[in-house]
Amino acid sequence: MVYNAPAMIITKKKDFEEILFAIGDTRSLFLLGCGDCATLCKTGGEPELKEMSQKLVAKGIAVTGTAVVPAACHELDTKRVLRKHKDEVDKAQAVLALICGAGVQSVGDNTDKPAYSGCDSLFIGNSKRQLHYYEKCSACGECVLNDTAGLCPETRCPKSLLNGPCGGAVGGKCEVNSENLCVWIDIYNRLKKAGKLENLLLKISAPKDNSGLAKPQKLELKREPGR
Amino acid sequence: MAKSFRDSLEAGFTITAEIPPPKSVSFPKSIEVAKKVAGKVAGLNVTDNQRGMMRMSSMAFSHILLGVGCDPVWQICCRDRNRLALQSDLLGASALGIKNVCVMTGDYPTLGDNPGAKAVYDLDAVQLMKLTDGFSNGKDIRGGVMKNHPDFFVGGVVNPFYEPIELELLKLQKKVNAGAKFFQTQPFFDIESVDTFLEQAKPSGAKMLIGVTPIKSMKMLKFLNENVLTKPIPDGVSKRIEFASDQMMEGLKISAEFINGIRDRVDGAHIMPINQVASLPLLLDMVEEGNGA
Repeated sequence: MVYNAPAMIITKKKDFEEILFAIGDTRSLFLLGCGDCATLCKTGGEPELKEMSQKLVAKGIAVTGTAVVPAACHELDTKRVLRKHKDEVDKAQAVLALICGAGVQSVGDNTDKPAYSGCDSLFIGNSKRQLHYYEKCSACGECVLNDTAGLCPETRCPKSLLNGPCGGAVGGKCEVNSENLCVWIDIYNRLKKAGKLENLLLKISAPKDNSGLAKPQKLELKREPGR
Repeated sequence: MAKSFRDSLEAGFTITAEIPPPKSVSFPKSIEVAKKVAGKVAGLNVTDNQRGMMRMSSMAFSHILLGVGCDPVWQICCRDRNRLALQSDLLGASALGIKNVCVMTGDYPTLGDNPGAKAVYDLDAVQLMKLTDGFSNGKDIRGGVMKNHPDFFVGGVVNPFYEPIELELLKLQKKVNAGAKFFQTQPFFDIESVDTFLEQAKPSGAKMLIGVTPIKSMKMLKFLNENVLTKPIPDGVSKRIEFASDQMMEGLKISAEFINGIRDRVDGAHIMPINQVASLPLLLDMVEEGNGA
């Protein structure tokens, strides 16, 4: 299992009380974690499964077993792990998944048991160092990085402005979160350095075309012969 | 009705003022002020859930002001509506007789009283200006011909104290390219800064309405310095307020002098009387009496 890879889907733990409320009168659970993102976020790795088991047992809820799926968004992986732990899963009334929303649904779609979620999914995160995650891409479907000196205003500007700053920054800091530099000032500085300032900043970016982004999206590639 | 905002700005020095829509359905005091100032300001600017604080629709209140003889400058921001809603509002406003639109991005919802609201920003201010200008030239959002189209006088806002100013000036130019004809600025408190900014903004060719905010107390001055303004209020102004026997009257006097002081240099002044809309008629009287002229 690779533990030093950067995380992708960033999650945070739900409050334990919220989980208890969600499972209602369920008295036995099988716990699932994920060896990828949730392990890196310390929300659904081995230690978190152990901690959750202890808390549940202390509340009188039986834990019939635990397992960590290598990558829960890989549905076949999830199915394989659930099959391997069939007896423990069968003994439980439900599965509690300490995984991102995609992983929880992998579980729910591959077992007859109800699947409960123990995490909230936050964003696609870049990692600078362990446990520090930053949102830089929101998978918006229409990448503008080639026009914006490689910095994404869709994600890094709270207002997703495509035509320059809102004007609200004070001392270069964003009006919404003063911990952040205004991304448009960064874009400006990079473009200025590259001598591309006026061309790019004076070009009016058209409104984003959202027509292809209706949820749920899918992508099914055809295998090329011989590959 | 007196001369329209648009005609006044074409003709010479123009004064506009800002009046926030009420957070209620009964607003006799606002109407009383609007009636008093109707002949004295060329336009009354109606804010759109300013600072993310929920108020009556700026379009509805603009229409009400129109009914009492004012020419409303309808503010419309990008925070709360997607492009479908913005376009229907543009048509609706035009049909109600609203002629002036001041387009802005809009403060983020977490700064206001509905912090959990979804921030829309489907269009940004430049895109909405371009769309509005397109409507005024008989073109819909796809460039198709629009019959019986609105005819708006489109404007926006500019922050003269933004750093780096070059970036704000590029954005100003972009807004002009998108069809904006007039701009309201953040409040100024000294004429030297006005001159510097006008020189910087000159190439845009846009009409500038210099922001004016009367200071009613030292508490307000401190608040503005610490929370709103990026450049502190000059010492000369704060000393006058500090040592005045009636700080509110002194603040109005300073604003009147300032307006008369910039009269020959700029297209107009835009009064933003934060929490003192009721003083607006008095301030305008002081301006007419030629304070500081």
